[in-house]
Amino acid sequence: MNAEVRAIKTSAEQRLVQSYAAARGTLPGDGVVAALREDAFKRFDAGGLPHRRVEEWKYTDLRALMREAKPLAGPADRRPEAIVDITSVLSGVEPSLIAIVNGRYAPEWSDKNQSDPGVTVLELFAFAGGSPDYRLGQGPGKDDAAFGLNTMFMTGGVGLRIKKNATPAKPIHIAHVFSGKAAAAMYPRSVVVVEPGAHLTLIESFSGPDGIDYQVNSALELVIGDNAQVDHIKIGYDGSAALRVSTLGATVGAKAAYRDFVFTSGGAVVRNQTFVRFAGEGTKGAIGGVSLLKNRQHIDNTLVIEHAAANCESREQFKTVLDGQSRGVFQGKIVVEPHAQKTDAKMMTRALLLSEDAEADNKPELEIFADDVVCGHGATAGALDPGLKFYLMSRGISEKESEALLIEAFIDETIEQIAHEGIRDALKFAALKWLGTRG
Amino acid sequence: MLLEVKNLHVEVEDKKILNGLTLSVEKGQVAAIMGPNGSGKSTLAYVLAGKDNYKVTEGDVLLDGKSILAMAPDERAAKGLFLAFQYPVEVPGVATMTFLRTALNAQRKTRGEAELSTPEFMKLVRETSKHLGIDQEMLRRAVNVGFSGGEKKRNEILQMAILQPRLAVLDETDSGLDIDALKIVAEGVNRLRSPKRSMIVITHYQRLLNFIVPDVVHVLAKGRVVKSGGKELALELEAKGYAQYADEAA
Repeated sequence: MNAEVRAIKTSAEQRLVQSYAAARGTLPGDGVVAALREDAFKRFDAGGLPHRRVEEWKYTDLRALMREAKPLAGPADRRPEAIVDITSVLSGVEPSLIAIVNGRYAPEWSDKNQSDPGVTVLELFAFAGGSPDYRLGQGPGKDDAAFGLNTMFMTGGVGLRIKKNATPAKPIHIAHVFSGKAAAAMYPRSVVVVEPGAHLTLIESFSGPDGIDYQVNSALELVIGDNAQVDHIKIGYDGSAALRVSTLGATVGAKAAYRDFVFTSGGAVVRNQTFVRFAGEGTKGAIGGVSLLKNRQHIDNTLVIEHAAANCESREQFKTVLDGQSRGVFQGKIVVEPHAQKTDAKMMTRALLLSEDAEADNKPELEIFADDVVCGHGATAGALDPGLKFYLMSRGISEKESEALLIEAFIDETIEQIAHEGIRDALKFAALKWLGTRG
Repeated sequence: MLLEVKNLHVEVEDKKILNGLTLSVEKGQVAAIMGPNGSGKSTLAYVLAGKDNYKVTEGDVLLDGKSILAMAPDERAAKGLFLAFQYPVEVPGVATMTFLRTALNAQRKTRGEAELSTPEFMKLVRETSKHLGIDQEMLRRAVNVGFSGGEKKRNEILQMAILQPRLAVLDETDSGLDIDALKIVAEGVNRLRSPKRSMIVITHYQRLLNFIVPDVVHVLAKGRVVKSGGKELALELEAKGYAQYADEAA
């Protein structure tokens, strides 16, 4: 007998199916978008939430971690406090703010003066309907289960275009904020197209109130043209009970420079998925991140870097600091396609365990199909070096301060990669603040 | 008496290293401790500074007449104890300047003194480092990272000069140094000699003591002091070697 065993849907999965059935008629977008949603729904209906038997989700079992599915968040009726919190973190940067509140573009809480001639900002579905050169949802990561869930429910966001050879005067900050007294789920999606030769510093942040178990499933599609230069910095400052999965799909053209940085200290369960495809020759990429965990936090950084063109260089460096009973996950896969000769890719991930009860899972992978490449990876996990601690303490520095100095040094090495000085300082300060909360 | 080590027995990983070591250091005195490899010289240095995993099974260490054995390393430092490491460790990511400033201000704070202002601190470091041939570029680099052996030892003496301890323990400060580097380091140490400061100079060779002339010499063998004398004792050891003490402590 050929019996295919199909798992019974969890209550969260059932709820998501019901939510979609109820909302499909009112979700925004044209026929193309509706078809994308239907396709994503079919895949979800068949596969459900990703779980530990799915290799990419082995260490972050979303089916187990997401016990219930919250209802779709409605629009906020007043300016969310979380916007104030996150903008204060970036007060030294003064970026141009685009607020995405409860999964919808909120122009009323965004900076009014978006008059930079090199930048156009549109609501996501207006952008998608009016950009014949761009097809929504076709970038790297499009087959991922969480990205598919975002496609089912995406309620809004922005479409941002940086015109050819333009350099906006200020960094642009897309702030995703949850606002509300009761938990709900939000599904923002944004698209950023950086035309050839343009320069952009893009900050993406996530924040919300502590103690509310709101859910975020976000996606950002990033298209970087030839000779463009992009710095993308993602800041995870979610509330203490939040569950968030964020997917980035970036396609990078030729002779471009792309730097991506992911800083995460907030949230109960967070997964940052970074899919990057180097599609043009001669590009340099640097992808890095710092995660700071305590209590029972679970933070996952998953990367898939595809070298699909020759002569590209990529550097990946991730650091995780774990306290309490937290669990940190790093999965990094570098794929070098057959024709991507002369690829130079190096990946390093290091975990610093501050507690006996913390757990770090590091999984670096290389899949190389070209024969003339330089690729390498390394992974370490360990506690603070007692010899270093003794050296500092023997000079009169207290145990706590010695630890803080060593942890700060561990983190700063990676934060230093950020090109923008103001953002670098803001994140160093955020890391210091985190250190200050250690018992 | 500044320091009194009384009948000290120490184990490291269940191995007895010090076996009833007794030693006194007077205020302003420079005491040399010489001995063969494995006699317990470095163990004594680490126990004085408060390193983990050194188990004191008997005896006591008194500074100003009070036991310091229960104190953490940073508390001992604030009381005026300083260890110049035989192998100074590299501290990646912590700039030498930041390190010096954090250490000095931490000690001052523990002693209830005001922190030094930035200009005061900069002036102190500039003047002190000049004598030791340490340039500004080195101070901006991470502590000991990429430093040569000589630079690491000079950096130890710089820290000692900034922190102004009352009791400095120099653990084989001469090891790995050529004669020129040794002279710079010894001059740095001699500049810090004062009636208010005591030093314990630990060395395997007599050579260092030509440059840092001790008031007393103690010979360590098998974890205890087997002979004490004046500076001429070092010369005698140089001539006859340590073999004569091989059985003394057995």
